[in-house]
Formats: sequence, C-alpha cells, structure tokens
Amino acid sequence: MHTFIGSTGHFLIILAFVGALIATYGYFMSVRSDEIKRESWLKYARWAFYVHGAAVIGIVFSLFFIINSHYFEYHYAWSHSSSSLPVNYQIATFWEGQEGSFLLWIFWHVVLGVIIINTNKFWEGSVMTTFALVQAFLMSMILGVVILNLKIGSSPFILLRDVLDAPIFKMNPDYVPKDGTGLNPLLQNYWMVIHPPTLFLGFATTIVPFAYCIAGLWLGKFKEWVRPALPWALFSAVTLGIGILMGAYWAYEALNFGGYWSWDPVENAIYVPWLVLIAAVHTMISFNKSDTALKTAIILVIATFLMVLYATFLTRSGILGDSSVHSFTDLGLSGQLLLYLMVFVVLSAGLAARVWKRIPTSDDEVSTYSREFWILIGASTLCLMAFQVIIPTSIPVWNAIVELFGGISNVAPPVDPVAFYSKWQIWFTIILALLSGTGQFFWWKKIDRSKLKEALMTPVIATFLVAGLVILISNWADTGYFKFVPDLILLTAGLYSIIANGIIFFKVVKTSPRLSGGAVAHIGIAFMLIGILLSSGYSNIISLNKTGLIWSSDLPDEVNQNNLLLFQHEPRQMGKYQLLYKGIRKKVKGFPDYVDKAELEELSDKRMAIIETNLIYDDRTYFEAGDTIEYENFENSYFEVQYLNDREDFTLYPRIQLNEAMGMVMSPDIDRTLIKDLYTHVKTFPDPESEIEWSPTDTLQLNIGDTLYINDFVAVFDDIIRVDEVRGVELGSEDVAIKAHILIYGPLGIQYVAEPIYLIKDRLIGRIPDIVDDVSAKVTLMNIYPKRGTFELGINTTQKNWIILEAVEMPWINILWLGTFLVAIGFIIAINRRYNEFVLMRDKGVEA
Amino acid sequence: MKKSHILGIVVIAVAITVIISTAGDASTYVTFKVAHEMASNDSDKKIHVVGKLTKNGTGEVIGIKQSPDNQSFSFTMIDQNEDRQEVVFLNTMPADFLRSEQVVVVGSFHNETFLADKILMKCPSKYQEETIEVEAVSTSE
Repeated sequence: MHTFIGSTGHFLIILAFVGALIATYGYFMSVRSDEIKRESWLKYARWAFYVHGAAVIGIVFSLFFIINSHYFEYHYAWSHSSSSLPVNYQIATFWEGQEGSFLLWIFWHVVLGVIIINTNKFWEGSVMTTFALVQAFLMSMILGVVILNLKIGSSPFILLRDVLDAPIFKMNPDYVPKDGTGLNPLLQNYWMVIHPPTLFLGFATTIVPFAYCIAGLWLGKFKEWVRPALPWALFSAVTLGIGILMGAYWAYEALNFGGYWSWDPVENAIYVPWLVLIAAVHTMISFNKSDTALKTAIILVIATFLMVLYATFLTRSGILGDSSVHSFTDLGLSGQLLLYLMVFVVLSAGLAARVWKRIPTSDDEVSTYSREFWILIGASTLCLMAFQVIIPTSIPVWNAIVELFGGISNVAPPVDPVAFYSKWQIWFTIILALLSGTGQFFWWKKIDRSKLKEALMTPVIATFLVAGLVILISNWADTGYFKFVPDLILLTAGLYSIIANGIIFFKVVKTSPRLSGGAVAHIGIAFMLIGILLSSGYSNIISLNKTGLIWSSDLPDEVNQNNLLLFQHEPRQMGKYQLLYKGIRKKVKGFPDYVDKAELEELSDKRMAIIETNLIYDDRTYFEAGDTIEYENFENSYFEVQYLNDREDFTLYPRIQLNEAMGMVMSPDIDRTLIKDLYTHVKTFPDPESEIEWSPTDTLQLNIGDTLYINDFVAVFDDIIRVDEVRGVELGSEDVAIKAHILIYGPLGIQYVAEPIYLIKDRLIGRIPDIVDDVSAKVTLMNIYPKRGTFELGINTTQKNWIILEAVEMPWINILWLGTFLVAIGFIIAINRRYNEFVLMRDKGVEA
Repeated sequence: MKKSHILGIVVIAVAITVIISTAGDASTYVTFKVAHEMASNDSDKKIHVVGKLTKNGTGEVIGIKQSPDNQSFSFTMIDQNEDRQEVVFLNTMPADFLRSEQVVVVGSFHNETFLADKILMKCPSKYQEETIEVEAVSTSE
C-alpha cells in the first residue's frame, strides 16, 4: 500500500480549494478597498492564487505519479490504467475519467490566471475574482469530502477498497490488485493524447473574455474591457474550434461512428457555445467602431460562458443517459454542477441588470449600409443556429423538469438527428455565407447604395460564372451532386463568400497583410461549408444492397442493407469496384508490413506466435521460419480487402480489436484521394474463439502422385518425407515421424502446401493434422500401408472465412480539411493584430 | 419602427418555428402496445421503446436468431409493461449487445413485426465493475 502519495494529493486538493476561496476573497476586497489598501489586498490574493496554482500542479504530479507507478490500490489507476500501458496512453489515462478531466481544466485556468496576473495590472483584481471563484467551484468537484452526510466532489485519490465493496477487502484490507482494468481500447489512439488538452484549453479560455466582461460591468468600465478581452476571445474561438474538429477527425479516422459528425448530444453541447462565441467575437469587433453593438457583445460573452457551464452540466451530470455515445459516467455530481451553473447565471444576470441602464448605447438608427447592421444579423443567425441545436439536445432536461413537478413526459430525441439538424442548419449557413461575403465590403463605416452596387458587381458576376461552371462540370462527370435546391443555393453562397472575401484579401494583403485575418477565416469557413455539403450530403454507401426479406412478409419489400458479405478469395462486385477479401493479417513487432495470420502458429502465451515462413520486406529478411515473434497487439486483426476497377487498385486494412472487457472494437481504414475518401470498416467476422465446426472426415486411399480434391480445389499428393524433428515433440531413437506433402491449387491460382505429420512415438501412433486456412480445410495423414505402398488421408472442411463490411464514399472531404486550415490561419492573423493593439494601448497607459 | 426591432421580431419568429419544428420532429418513448396501436392507426411515426433482453435462469440471453447471411438478426425484447415482442434489426449485432442491461429500440411496427432502425444500449460500464477478480496467489502480497 502506498497511502502517502494519495494523502498528499488529497491534502493538496483541499489546499488548492481553500487557496482559491482565499484568492476570491482577497481579489474581491482589492476591488472594493481604496487605493491605499488595494496593493496589500492584491499581494495577499496573488499569494493565495499562487499557492492554489502550486497545489494544482502538485495534484497533477501526484495523480500522474500514481498512474505511472501502477499503484492499483488507487481506484483511478485501477479503473483507467494497466501495467502494460505505454507512457503516452498513461497520459491519456490521466484525463479519461471525470476527475482527471476536471483537473486538466483547472490546470489550464491556473496557466491562464498566471498570464493575466503578469500581463495586466489594471484588471488583475477584478478579473481574477471571477477566475478564483470559478477555480473554487471546479476544485469542489474533485474535493472528495463528506460533510454532514453530504458528499462534496469525487477525489481522484480515493482508494479502491473505499469504492468497491468486494469481500476480499474484508479478509485483507491491504489487498492490491495485480493489474488495472486498462484504458478503454476505443480511446487507445494518439488523438486521445492531444484532443482533450486542446478541447479543454478551448473550454478554459472562454473564462477570460467572460471575466473581463464581468470586471467591466463591476467597475463601470463598460467599454474598456473589450480591447483586452478581444484577443482572448479570438484565441478561445480558434482553440475550441480546433478542439471540436480534432474530435470530428478522430471520430472519422479511428472510431466507428460512421462519419465526422453525428449530431450526438455531447457534440452538440460543445458546438453551441462555440457558435455563441463566434457571434460574441463579431460583435466585439464591431463595437470597436461604434457603441451600437456593446450591449449585444456583453450579452453574448456572458452567454458563451454560461453555455460552457450548461454543456458541462449536460455531459457530466448523467442526464443525457444513454442518448449519447460519449458522455462521462455519472459521479453523482449533478447537484453540484447545477449549483455551479445557477450561481453564475444569477451572479452575471444580476450584475448586468443592475448596471444595464448605465451602459452607453447609440440612439441613432443603424444604417442598412453599416457594418454593424450586418454583423448584428450575422450574430442573430449564429444565435438562432445555436438555439436550434440546444432545444432538441435538451429534451432529457425538459423531461426531468416536467417530472420534477410531478408530470410525466415521454419526449424522445428526433429519430434521425442528421436529417433533422441538417434541414435547419443548411439555411442558416447559407445566410452566414452570404453575410460573410457582403459584410466585408462594409469595412469602412459608410458605403452608400451606389458604391455598394459597384463593389458587389464583380463578385456577384464571378460567383454565377464559377457556380455555373462547377455545376456544368459536375453534371458532365455525372456525379449527381447538387441535386437538391438548398444544396445548389449553399454552393452558390459558399462560392460567393470565397470570391468576395478573396477580392478583399487581395486588396488588403497588398497594403496591410496584418488585417487580412477576417478575409482568410471567412474563405476557410466557406470552403468548410462546401466540403461538408459534398462529403456528408453526398456520402454514398457503396456496400448498399437490397435483399429480399428473410424475416417476415410484414416488412416492406425492399429494405436497405448497408453491409456486404464477403467470403475469403471470392471476388464480389460492389458498385463500381470489385472487392476481394484476402484474409486476416496481424501486426508483428519489428516487421514493417502486415503478416498473414495463416502463417502464424499460436502459442499458449497469446502475445507471441511462431512464424512459419520467412518474413521478408524490401529484400531484407526480418524473421526466419520457426522464429518466435511478438504481436504489436494480439487483440488486433486486420482484414486485407482489395478494391479493383479499371482505374484504381488499392488495398485497405480495416481493423477489429477483440477486447475482453469491451468486445469487438472496430476501426476503419480509409483510402484517400484528392477528390474522395473511401471509408471501410468490417462490422463482424467469425469469432476466432469459437470452436470450428468441421465436416465429417472424408478418407481417401492414395498413392504418391495422385490427384485429389480438397474443398473443391485440385490438389496433388506429391511426396512423403521422413522428418527428424517435429516441433513440440521429442523424438527418441526408436521413434519415427513422416510427413506428407500435398500441393493445393487454391483460389485465384495461389498454391498452398499441406504437411500433415504421422508419427510413432513410444510405440504409440500420433497424428498432427495441418489446417490450411485459405482453403478452409484440415488434412490428416491417417494411416500408412507400407505393403501396398498407399496412404490414407483424412480431409475435413469447414465454412469459408468471411467478413461483413461497410464501405462509404465521402466525396471532396479534403475541401473541409483545407477550409479548417484556412480558418485557423485567419484566426492566428487576427489574434496577432488584436493583441498588438491591446499592447499598444496598454503601454500608452490609455487603459492601464 | 426601428430596423433592430424588425430584426428582433424576425428572430423571435424563427425561434418559435424552431420550437414548433422540434416538437413536431421529436419522437416519444412508448410501450410496444402503444406502438402497435399507433402503427395500426396508420401512423408511420418512429418511436422509442425501452426494455430488456430475454434471459434464461442463468442469465444467458435467449431468443436471438441470426439470418443465414449473418447480416441481420432478431431478438425478443421485454418492455416496461413486461410485454414480449420480437424485434428485427437489419444490421449486424452491435458489439456490446449481449451484455446490455437495457436496450432502447427506435423504429416502428410493420403489422406484427417490430423493425428497429437503431438500437441504443446501456451497458454496465467497465468502470463501474462491482467486483474484482482475485487470483488465488496474489493475496499473499
């Protein structure tokens, strides 16, 4: 038992919690007190925050130490890690659980807090009050103390024996399990190492603009908070955006969700605050020019943060139940999470209401030809997009509220979320594309009707020309794209945004490239929209087949089945490809290519096998026949599937992992070309653990040189050889072993050799049959009749190996990824510009 | 009227439409009995049914039938009213299906057969295991 590290960790949690509370109080008092006392309060609070920060780093270290040292007496290590886990996945283990992911979030807040303290003296007290209060709430989630029968938080340092009521702990309280239960194999992927930190950094940064906004309202600096908050809001938007897209890409590349976005409640819960944040950023930029957008900016910045809290509540309270594939396990924190959300709703709404009348606004009617007006429409559209997603996502919450008041509510989420959300979102994105194209022409405050006409003439004409050309080419190539009216409109709107922003970009980049961020980001968004339209809207299940109904005559005649059954070595036509399943492959440590499973002889230690042939790659022999090899992961099987048509010939290796705890875990393989991705995953295959059902033995009397049929394949019994060594058998001087050599002309002209062994050891007869997987046959040398010179072979056959596979084509998905990169670049340019503006003003002493 | 007021009215109008559309497209949780009634009333609306798999005395799942081509299967489900119903799913069996504590099927009746479009499962989380497997020798440590 290593109780010291856990006790230290738990002590540090309490210290960090108390530190955050003291820092909150100190910073609060520093704002309330006069000039003379302010400095001492600030110093006091800063110290408390630094102690809090140091304690947090200590907690992170302690928890990682426990995971890294495999202290399975701790519940966290036992339930998320195992002794065979490599270090990079141990890091992933750290944030797999709720407690660890809270810790990651807290850690980012500490980093951000330290940056704020050291870059911005004027705002320190007021901004850090919010920071420290949020930290206190987050710390309370992992506090793990019980006060008056009330459990507050769930500590990551809890011992296994305090969680599990297993009888072993009654017998031996110091019992330590040998190994942990391991990291969920679905999550054993490098994305699990980089995606959560990015996403949580995005989450964490939303606090910065919020804290500035609250500080501004509190201090009566209604306008001044915007400038320092803007670079952070931009940073938050891009980090959160990249975090979301990483998750989408991960789901697409490695998981079997069937695509990059499935409108799952957890995905929606992050998408919504991001939309509101984007709206907030735009109104903040717009405010830089005039007062009109100030109130909207305040509302949206607060709303972003509250939506992040609401998303946290949704995903971590267990309220989504089984409506989501990736919500966290319920730790019984729903009460605390709700309190956290409610406190900030009440505090920020209360504060805003108190000062609302004093916030400056401009009474002028917004001009239709002003940038502010168009940004306001854009922000409204973004908010409506968010609203349209959050209402259905919250259905479980509505049900819970109705039930709280004694009612019965049985509303379920829409049956087909993709169709449901898409039919709304596509129109919103059309509006956004049009606005982002036109809005850029309102760069300067006044542009009148005639000037606008002049400015829009070129992009509009160019758009129609390009759109016409795209549609023409698309029709000529018979792609079937853009067959629905909204799709056509979205394509045109997207192209318009690209062209209009492209014109702006070339104008700006010549004179002041630092101002080009907006244009680049908008071009990126437009590319993303077109990429999503094509890759999702026109994704095409090519393994689709319509089978007659086996189940019941009640069912409709033609029902789509998305899967295709492939037998090994039997080519089958699927859409425009001919598919051929060639067999199961394995990955072996120290060899760069896949290895045929049929060439590997299993050992009792599942992690190892004996290779029956030389492993050669690029003229280099890595292993020789008879060598013992180690699998990369014995749970993984790869299925070699060849795709062939007159233009293409490629091979994919989709994977299935058979995990004891998780069952079958599928992972796709993707053929990527410029114009499309072909995404394939194997849905099931015969369970290798199950007993093979052999046909009754078919015996044959043969002479050397005779021809026979094995499972319908021609074979020649061409030799009989005496052998001196048989693997696994010790031959004495009296013992005899011989093997038959049978050449099988297998499927597709491939030749296989069967070598069954017949031996006499200690006057007892033994037979070692040879199984040839690729022809699904077992050959046994049954008897030898030396007098007649004939041999008796026994043949058993079994069902051919098969897989069930789903293949989906995602056209032009690369346009989506290209757009993503452009958006990120655009944001970086914009952050750089806004941060320099802030520094300039700060150093001038204008806004301290 | 100010332009911003017009904008406000438009936003509210869209928001109300969104709510109506959500209410219209939302599905419901019902029992097999109700689902059957709905289907016989010519409603092709798809619904959610919550229930369990049928198990024998030793806790093994019974009543699973695989199609000969392994591409679809059927199973017997017991809903919250303890009614049994055969459910057909035209896809391969989801990975954790046999271990699920609770299943939710989304689909509709076609006469007497329930055709599921989607199966949602609640599995005993691997992280909430109630017992540890103890090896006989390891207690000496």
